[in-house]
Amino acid sequence: MSIFILCIPLFMFLFLGLVGMKLSHKLTGFLGCLGMGACLTLCYITSFTYFFGGDFVNEAGERIQSILWNTTWLQFTDHLVIRLGFLLDPISAMMLVVIPTISFMVHVYSLGYMEGEKGFQRYYAFLSLFSFSMLGLVVATNIFQMYIFWELVGASSYLLIGFFYKLPSAVSASKKAFIVTRFADLGFLVGILILSYYTKTFNFLDMTSNPEGVFGSFEGATFMGASVLTWALVLIFMGGMGKSAMLPLHIWLPDAMEGPTPVSALIHAATMVVAGVYLVARLFPLYLLEEAALTIITVVGCLTAFYAAVVACAQVDIKRVLAFSTISQIAFMITSLGVARPEIHEGLGYMASMFHLFTHAMFKALLFLGAGALIHAVHSNNYTAMGGLRKYMPVTHVTFLIGCLAIAGIWPFAGFFSKDEILSAAYGNHWFWGLWLSMVAGLTAFYMFRLYYLIFWWKNPDFGHHTPHDPPLAMKFPLIFLAAVSCVAGFIPFGHLVTWNREPYTIHIDPVVAASSLGIAIVAILLATYMYRKENPLPDKLANTFHGLWTAAHHRFYWDELYLWITHKVIFNSICKPIAWFDRHIIDGTMDGFARVTQWASCSIRGLQSGNVQTYVWIYLIGALLMATVTWLCLL
Amino acid sequence: MEKLPIALYIIPSLIMFCCGVYGFITRKNMIAILISLELMLNSVDINFVVFNRFLYPGQLEGMMFTLFAIAIAAAETALAIAIIVNIFRAVKNIDIRDLNKMKF
Repeated sequence: MSIFILCIPLFMFLFLGLVGMKLSHKLTGFLGCLGMGACLTLCYITSFTYFFGGDFVNEAGERIQSILWNTTWLQFTDHLVIRLGFLLDPISAMMLVVIPTISFMVHVYSLGYMEGEKGFQRYYAFLSLFSFSMLGLVVATNIFQMYIFWELVGASSYLLIGFFYKLPSAVSASKKAFIVTRFADLGFLVGILILSYYTKTFNFLDMTSNPEGVFGSFEGATFMGASVLTWALVLIFMGGMGKSAMLPLHIWLPDAMEGPTPVSALIHAATMVVAGVYLVARLFPLYLLEEAALTIITVVGCLTAFYAAVVACAQVDIKRVLAFSTISQIAFMITSLGVARPEIHEGLGYMASMFHLFTHAMFKALLFLGAGALIHAVHSNNYTAMGGLRKYMPVTHVTFLIGCLAIAGIWPFAGFFSKDEILSAAYGNHWFWGLWLSMVAGLTAFYMFRLYYLIFWWKNPDFGHHTPHDPPLAMKFPLIFLAAVSCVAGFIPFGHLVTWNREPYTIHIDPVVAASSLGIAIVAILLATYMYRKENPLPDKLANTFHGLWTAAHHRFYWDELYLWITHKVIFNSICKPIAWFDRHIIDGTMDGFARVTQWASCSIRGLQSGNVQTYVWIYLIGALLMATVTWLCLL
Repeated sequence: MEKLPIALYIIPSLIMFCCGVYGFITRKNMIAILISLELMLNSVDINFVVFNRFLYPGQLEGMMFTLFAIAIAAAETALAIAIIVNIFRAVKNIDIRDLNKMKF
């Protein structure tokens, strides 16, 4: 049965992609939703059977990792076998809930959002392609299968970012996303090759079930002062950094917001961008062997979380704010994996990371879909075109507020529970990481409520006769559903479902951490309320006082400019120009030289072909006589 | 019957061939060139027969090839005359020196 989970979206992609143009928009949308709905049902059945069926628990009470099927796809040698299969374990079963839920909601939402858009059928075909690739990624049984689907999600993300391919900005954003993630995937590939060279296997289970054996197979090999295992793990993490938009490979995600908003909700908030987190979680037993790799992960995560949170405070485009908040929240998950150790609260960080992945997918998809409803209503991405919308769009207002409360970490919304676990794990590792993340959590609450107030309060703009209104039912339903999930998801006993060693673990809410993070969030929200509830000159005054900081944050601390400078000034000038010169002068010159010599030779002898038959006969006769003479002389 | 020496066959054949070559190179009229061509062909035919008779007296391959060559020469002459007639119709001229369009 599980094969249909992958087959249905793939079939929908092929079907809608090939014959979609012959179908009406309504039928295409209906078929797309139907296909995703069927896939969703199968995924739910699979996942619920895994978690609650009782067949997948061994005598010790641990959940087992089960390969439902595994076919040999390419066999090069005895060791070098690439298989495609379906691995069911706590994290993949959890992702089998997250991905189809969000994907189905986005399918339904797009019925309203993309209505009448040119290329509607293409859009649904790409959505199906993405769902197929993402599901294939999470159920991968070996690292090579994961890599294949990893590239496939990258390709479908590229196609969907560039969906409005007539806009130059969308085209360059899609190229940027593809190139940056491809560059990161180069590291991933090298990491895979190193890892599988030493372990002689691609299979996750062979690697993770016996991590000490893996460590032994490296035989203490070192490269440039670090062990080869560290290199392999860090290079694999580099692939994750690219996909999950960690510093310094984050530059593509804000630009990826050029795609349609539901796509941003599905791919660039809830599912694809957490693939990096998922990758690290998948190989977590290996990462535990290398303290250095985990430290790198923690540092990268912490820096990214803070950086993205600061930048999010100074953005004007609401989708960019949400994009940076996504980067920041994914960095929370990454950091949580980085600080997780088996001896600290029984590997709480791992569970917290997956928990946050789950809740974040729900409330961030909700926020993005809410942003889509706002953009749909006012036809602008900037909050300057909004303000005071709470009266016009009550449903959007309430659901967006729930999303903001969830991300800010207010009890009893989903984000409170998962973020609290992350903070406990971080404090358990070292007080510094905990303090850092608490501060970033405060910033999160601040910038989310800044956004909320600027959209729904701030001023009462004059919309004239074109007043914004709540979206149609197809768009309202996903908002309400996800808002409901965001309210209750925190009460899921996640520790009993997903832990690093698959043993059930009862979550204890640490009262000190919980109270302090709640306090920080409330203070930040109150500050945002004070600054942005009603139109006042205070924010502008602050921006002018800290002009340099504000401008730098607004320009995302000039990372894009830095990249442009490096590529244009350094790489193009010092590497590409000499290569271009070599190509133009040496290689082209050689070829041109051949051509010129041939041309000159043929010009100089073409007079022989005079068109005069008797001249030819003369030449032939002389030649024949000469040859005869030579032959005769030789015979003598 | 006493055989004549081979030189008495070969030398006239050689003279015939040289006449053909000379005519082919110097004539302007395409009909004359065609006749020179026939002359060369016939001298080769004579050689065929003579060598067959002197080297392999019991066999007839040389004779057979000569008959073939005569038949093919007839066909080829017909073709050449047809071409010449068509050229004449097109340009009212069969001087080979004026027909030098097919060059570089």
